Amino acid sequence: MTLNTFIFYFFSALAVISALLMITRRNVVHSAIFLITALLATAGIFLQLRAEFLFAVQIILYVGGIMVLFLFVIMLVNLDVAVRQAAFNRQAWLAILMAGAMMGTVALAVWLGRASVHLPPVKAGALEPNTELVGEALFQNFMLPFEIASVLLLVAMIGAVVMSKKRI
Amino acid sequence: MIDLLIRFFAPHLVPLIIVLVVVLVLPLLAGYVVLLERKVMADIQARLGPMRVGPHGLLQPIADAVKLLLKEDIIPENADRFLFWIAPLISVTAAMVAFAGLTFAPGKYEFFGHLNTVAVADLNIGILFIVAVSSMGIFGIVLGGWASNSHYSLLGALRSSAQMVSYETAAGMALISGLLLAGSLSTRAIVEKQAAEGVWYVFFAPLAFFIYMVASIAETNRAPFDLPEAESELVAGYMTEFSGFRWALYFLAEYCNMIVVAGIATTVFLGGWLRPFEGTREADFLDLAPTVIFLGFAGYCLWRVPRQFEKIHKIVLSIFAGLCFVIAAALALPVTVQPAWKPVLHGVFWFLAKVVAYLYAFMWFRFTFPRYRFDQLMRLGWQWMIPVSIVHVMMLGLALVLQRPPQQGGLGWAWWQGMLVSTGGTLLVAAWLGALGERRTQRIAESGV
Repeated sequence: MTLNTFIFYFFSALAVISALLMITRRNVVHSAIFLITALLATAGIFLQLRAEFLFAVQIILYVGGIMVLFLFVIMLVNLDVAVRQAAFNRQAWLAILMAGAMMGTVALAVWLGRASVHLPPVKAGALEPNTELVGEALFQNFMLPFEIASVLLLVAMIGAVVMSKKRI
Repeated sequence: MIDLLIRFFAPHLVPLIIVLVVVLVLPLLAGYVVLLERKVMADIQARLGPMRVGPHGLLQPIADAVKLLLKEDIIPENADRFLFWIAPLISVTAAMVAFAGLTFAPGKYEFFGHLNTVAVADLNIGILFIVAVSSMGIFGIVLGGWASNSHYSLLGALRSSAQMVSYETAAGMALISGLLLAGSLSTRAIVEKQAAEGVWYVFFAPLAFFIYMVASIAETNRAPFDLPEAESELVAGYMTEFSGFRWALYFLAEYCNMIVVAGIATTVFLGGWLRPFEGTREADFLDLAPTVIFLGFAGYCLWRVPRQFEKIHKIVLSIFAGLCFVIAAALALPVTVQPAWKPVLHGVFWFLAKVVAYLYAFMWFRFTFPRYRFDQLMRLGWQWMIPVSIVHVMMLGLALVLQRPPQQGGLGWAWWQGMLVSTGGTLLVAAWLGALGERRTQRIAESGV
């Protein structure tokens, strides 16, 4: 086993385990922490694939995002009550059954169509220079969709401010 | 077996050494930065500062570290133990990992047949990596504040996160100004570009440097923006309930963060490892400056030796003088016999000198300005720093276009013309914004709401 494979499996295992812990913890703050570790492990896999820019953006954006999530938890959720509540737990067996069936279907579909899913091997250094490639894609090749998306987000943000403020 | 070990470790050797230095020396360094801060504070307030432990308090950091290690470790009754345990670790880890992106000296060196830079990793996203990783540190603060189950801590944590969110945008925009000029994210390429252009970006974009400086003070939670740990309101903010070694970890994280932001500012704006007037033949006498400075330290120590009352203090001070002599001799080597070592030795010296100068400015601010009120802090961040930094990025882009040679559609300006246009334009817009804000405040005051 080379170091590369080892690193990949390490991050994958970390991501899967922390994702599982995230949905099984009762305490919302603990869940948020495991969400962070799951996302960090994904960032690690990005780094291993030499997509450094994605790695950095993953950390910056999701850390910021979870930070806000966190503040919501602290300010809005009454944790003492939430920890003791048995939420959505009554149909656990049904849920496990459904999830298993779903996973089986997907696995079967992938297995049956394995011949068609064959990506050509990428030559080394195809992602170099990483940041420049992302920049070119966003600001040259897909300039218009990118700008439309950013205007949309801006409108949403201003809308939220206008709605929540009584007096502008 | 040994052959295999060498083969495995050779490509990682220089990075491993730097990692070891960071992990082992950084706590000590942080301790001495604390001592420096206390001495600067004492100087500004016309006192002597720590004088008891070692000559001139030189062993104070070690005594403090031992004291903190031996102190009782208290966990509050209803605290969330897991988070309380892990929170300081998050802060320290984030601060230390951020060092991996900093490049301390130029060039590449062959070592056991592998090219190395004087950095843990020569990333092509260097600055982005440092910013991303060091922004993780805020989790340690918020989690620690929340986990200690105390209102002071929680308020400190919330303030800290609000401050971080508000000032990270301004800091990022200021950094983008520098990155626009350099055209690269790699810490090595940024400094090399400054060397090639012959100008540190602090002279090209002084406004961006100023904004980054203010924002970095706010991000590291230091006075005059130290509201998260404002002792007159919140006891000690997010670390109220922490004691002993955990508290020491928070402290270490804070000082590491200071050194990291100083390192970023040095790389992007202050020309990293470049000597002042690098490349100017007439200023080559500055190569002697490192030696002279350390000889000066050594001479001062020796001069003070007979004035110490206790024998142990005399011995310790002599040891310090000897250390300074050794460093001075090492720094003199490149000038006299080994010019090949100059990039590494002098590069690291100038980098650290700039970092220390930046930290000194931090301390100077701390003991000069009174603390901001929270609404003042928010207004400064959102209504002034963020708009001005965004306008500055645009103006700088304009200046860069004007600087292009006429064949490429520019006017072929020199860098200082571009600097005047971008800084002047931004200041005009800032003045307009200020007037607008003033009118608005007046209107609100008149309407009496």
